[in-house]
Amino acid sequence: MTSLLLQAIASGFLMGGVYGLMATGLTLIFGVMKVVNLAHGEMMMLGMAISYWLFTLAGIDPYLSIPVSIFLLFLLGFFIQRFLINPILHASEHMQILVTLGVSLILANSALLLWGPNIRSVTTSYSLETLWIGEIVLDLPRVVAFLFALFFTFLLYLLLKKTELGKAIRASADNPEAALLVGIEVNRIYPISFGIGAACVGASGSLIIPFYDLTPHVGPPFTMVAFTIIILGGMGSLSGALIGGLLVGVAESVGAILLSSSLKSVASTTLLVLVLLFKPRGLFGK
Amino acid sequence: MKYVPVLFGLAIFLILPVVVDSYFLTILISIFYYAYLSSCWNILGGYAGQLSLGHAAFFGIGAYTSSLLFMKWQITPWLGMWVGALLATVFALFMGSLSFRFGLRGFYFVLITWAFAELLRLITLSLDVLGGPTGIYISVHTSPWQFQFSGRGPYYYIILGLTIFILIISHKLEASKPGFYFKAIRENELAAEGSGVATARYKLLALALSAFLTALGGTFYAQYLKYIDPETTLGVSLSIEIMIRALVGGSGTPFGPLIGSFILTPLSELSRTYFTKGGLEGLPLIIYGAVLIFIVLFLPQGVATWMKEKIAGYKNR
Repeated sequence: MTSLLLQAIASGFLMGGVYGLMATGLTLIFGVMKVVNLAHGEMMMLGMAISYWLFTLAGIDPYLSIPVSIFLLFLLGFFIQRFLINPILHASEHMQILVTLGVSLILANSALLLWGPNIRSVTTSYSLETLWIGEIVLDLPRVVAFLFALFFTFLLYLLLKKTELGKAIRASADNPEAALLVGIEVNRIYPISFGIGAACVGASGSLIIPFYDLTPHVGPPFTMVAFTIIILGGMGSLSGALIGGLLVGVAESVGAILLSSSLKSVASTTLLVLVLLFKPRGLFGK
Repeated sequence: MKYVPVLFGLAIFLILPVVVDSYFLTILISIFYYAYLSSCWNILGGYAGQLSLGHAAFFGIGAYTSSLLFMKWQITPWLGMWVGALLATVFALFMGSLSFRFGLRGFYFVLITWAFAELLRLITLSLDVLGGPTGIYISVHTSPWQFQFSGRGPYYYIILGLTIFILIISHKLEASKPGFYFKAIRENELAAEGSGVATARYKLLALALSAFLTALGGTFYAQYLKYIDPETTLGVSLSIEIMIRALVGGSGTPFGPLIGSFILTPLSELSRTYFTKGGLEGLPLIIYGAVLIFIVLFLPQGVATWMKEKIAGYKNR
């Protein structure tokens, strides 16, 4: 039992790293624009799909297609913000929720329309490789995904803390009016921030495709997990997203061994309810 | 005089089943069925401004309760529907008192309604007592006492009656104290609280009323189609179907959901008939997504309000 538990904690931790990157994208979008992106899971699905199709049609290894995912999702996020969110940025929260809900419907069902409801997976030469650490078995693709996710999160951190663009993004998040006054074109920062947020989730999608099945409707559970994480970590907090990601990853996989497999998704949904009720301001919030 | 157009419209809809063919009648039933559900949503989401993405939960409780009572103990759905409605109300009050107690509003409320509905769906999927993923087939005992009729006509009149009933409720709500309180909460909850409105209690009232009526629609659906499963009766897509009609037609107006249903339901029925056969099954929901975005960007108050303004502008000229 202990080894089973350790095993679950380890693999949950690895998935948690990817969750962290995915949620970082969501928290960035929320932190900068106060926009709730209900299409986040569908963007994850797109990241998975891009790598899946590049692998299936052109034989490109999923890890090599990460830049493609990042680029395409950046563009998607950029244009969604520019043309759909920007006009209603100052309208009520409800309306932004409805627009991103509309985007999620369009993305998921376009996928359904284009390549049908089948479950699709990528099998690479290293898909079944494992690493042993003591009694614990770790799937190689999950380890790689974890390391890449940490790397990307670190890169994003550097981008935000050390570059001019990062400073402009943070300034726009903290105080848009003041940012405008010191000459930051907030309206140009917003689409870029949304694009970066979308790129984070796109990269996460590419990272999990070697071990996670793709279907057009794979998105909503990810959206749910991402919201659980950023609420837990504090809406808009980057470090909170990473820590929340790891926590939720572990909680989900431990929950899955305690519950029967058909109830696996109950664990993460229950987690969302509990977090909403008891920690709506986050673990570190006031 | 004011009621002449309303009565005229009513007369037409009362006569229609006699003159139209069965396919057309099916579409009419769908239109009123979604108009009814969406009007139920409108009480909470439109008037009280609490956006719910989990109305499938109340609907599903209604559908499952009456169907299980009927299949396991032969209790007529005419009775089962009230049991289902009561259960849905209890569930709504449980969910609502938890979330309002912890101060969840706006998008947090959207999330928690979605999560609660998902929980119900997942639990129903995994419990064989509730039919599991295959759902429940309701055996045929065609008899009015068992809420089963031969032909579609009676179903049409029932759903038309329910729709008229909810329109009257919405109309009454417009000029009643709870209705004003709901609107005050929607416009500015803190200000409403400050002016002495017991906001938590009135939000619960809106939620309970909305859930109770939605569950009745669930029983109607189960008896009409004689088959229910977790995906179609508890899934988030149903919640979206319910919500989107009110938003398109005009949420927070009595006729908004009805107008929304007259626009969207034929669209989705026709596209289902023509596109799904051609293997284009995602298309109806893509159109929905586009309509949703279009409405928010260009007609944020909904079609009903837009029409009202146009008519007012025309009269003033």
